[in-house]
Amino acid sequence: MVDKIKNFLSRFYIGIILFFLYVPIFVMIVLSFNSSRSRVIWGGFTLDWYRTLFSSSEVMQALSTTMILAFTSAIIATVIGTVGAIGISAMRERNYKIVLAFTNIPMLNADIVTGIALMLWFVRFMPLGFGSVLIAHITFNIPYVILCVMPKIKQMNLSIYEAARDLGANSIYAFVKITLPQLMSGIMAGFFMAFTMSMDDFAITYFTKGAGVNTLSTMIYSQIRKGIKPEMYALSTIIFAFVFLILLAVNYVPKMKNARKCK
Amino acid sequence: MEKKKRLNKRTWLSAPYLIWIVGFTIIPLVVIFQDAFVNAEGSFTMDNILAIFNPIHMKSMILSLAIAAGCTVICILLAYPLVLALRRLNMGREGFLVFGLILPMWMNFILRLLAWQMILSKNGILNMILGFFGIAPLPIANTWLSILIGVVYDYLPFMILPLYNAISEIDEDIIEAAKDLGAGGFTVFKKIILPLSMPGLLSGIVMVFVPSMTSFVVADVLGGGKIQLIGNVIEQEFTKNVDWGLGSGLSVSLMIFVLISMAFTMKNDPEGKESAIW
Repeated sequence: MVDKIKNFLSRFYIGIILFFLYVPIFVMIVLSFNSSRSRVIWGGFTLDWYRTLFSSSEVMQALSTTMILAFTSAIIATVIGTVGAIGISAMRERNYKIVLAFTNIPMLNADIVTGIALMLWFVRFMPLGFGSVLIAHITFNIPYVILCVMPKIKQMNLSIYEAARDLGANSIYAFVKITLPQLMSGIMAGFFMAFTMSMDDFAITYFTKGAGVNTLSTMIYSQIRKGIKPEMYALSTIIFAFVFLILLAVNYVPKMKNARKCK
Repeated sequence: MEKKKRLNKRTWLSAPYLIWIVGFTIIPLVVIFQDAFVNAEGSFTMDNILAIFNPIHMKSMILSLAIAAGCTVICILLAYPLVLALRRLNMGREGFLVFGLILPMWMNFILRLLAWQMILSKNGILNMILGFFGIAPLPIANTWLSILIGVVYDYLPFMILPLYNAISEIDEDIIEAAKDLGAGGFTVFKKIILPLSMPGLLSGIVMVFVPSMTSFVVADVLGGGKIQLIGNVIEQEFTKNVDWGLGSGLSVSLMIFVLISMAFTMKNDPEGKESAIW
């Protein structure tokens, strides 16, 4: 009986937190169908914002910049980070600790300080633009990759790699066939993390982007004073639905397959 | 011997990353220090660093500190029961964490803050609902309270994730043993769960405290431009006042402050914070 009450309270509490996390998202989804431009008055159902969204070249430009940026920076960060993590893990204890301390700097430092420091450095030798934002994103993404990959390297059984080498595999073949598969889950988590962080970043992009380049975040920020265009709600709703379906597929399709196998 | 040689050779793989650290982590920090300590005439100055003690800047700094501290405490108080409830119901990585925490992050955080602005504003959704029940409207909009709600909302997931990772690894047998030996719920929490979740708690504190102290967007959106946190002050030195020296000086002061307070927090951490966030 006590257990039942406790279970109920646990469920209830999880529900409250979920409500807190999803209320603003629900508000945004409703607003994307609101025909009144006013943000509090319901003016009836409309799909107009979805229509104008796809004809707005400004929004589409920002969307493609954001996606290209997130994808490219996550890929480069994953490669440099994974290879770097393997190298760091083979270092002597003292050097290992020093490098990891430096790895933590972009994570510990405030975004605004990281962004400003990079901007002050970039303006000395290159124009601010897509290139500078890309470098900045790679810089703050690498620590997340290392953080995800490092525990997998520690769990990895080195003897298998050594055995492969002893049996005549060259180092690249052994790396691809033995090391990479063992690290794959960490690498994927690192990539996913880096991609998400890049998509959601504002402060560092804001300081390093220069004129002319806009991601979704910086574009929305520039609209705050003038008033947000309802197209942005429509776009967010589409992204939300898209990610929701992907996560659903990733999480439940493998399980369904497993269930079928069991039968 | 052979094995050792291979290990040493492997350290070369870190070369690209080390170059990257030097080029885009260390040098930018050197540059920001240089801009902070060298004035326009090229001579050494402490003015920009000491500008943090100017009463206006100090006020923003103290307010930012109060908001960050409040946010961190609230996040801890909200996250512990949640993580314990998740553990109790065996709702693990797939269900809650992915759909509850990661999914909202994919909706742009400025838009989510704007939604809070609509909920909390004078004629907003919250006051409309309260009015429906005959309760007088709450003047939350554009106050420190709405900023606090915004930062708690924004950074709560970063407290939950590391805490969940730490607590889900605690062996149920230890808790059972403590209960068998007569420990009550509170004793179990104090003597077992709290100490064993310490690494997760500490990385949660770091991941919540630093951004909530230094964000300038939350105050921009939910403070209505009336409340200036230290992040807003620094941002305006770069965008409006174009005093890069002063902006750099304030950034360096902020960085030193944050790093010192984090060093104090991490001192209690026996194992370091590797892998704690995922």
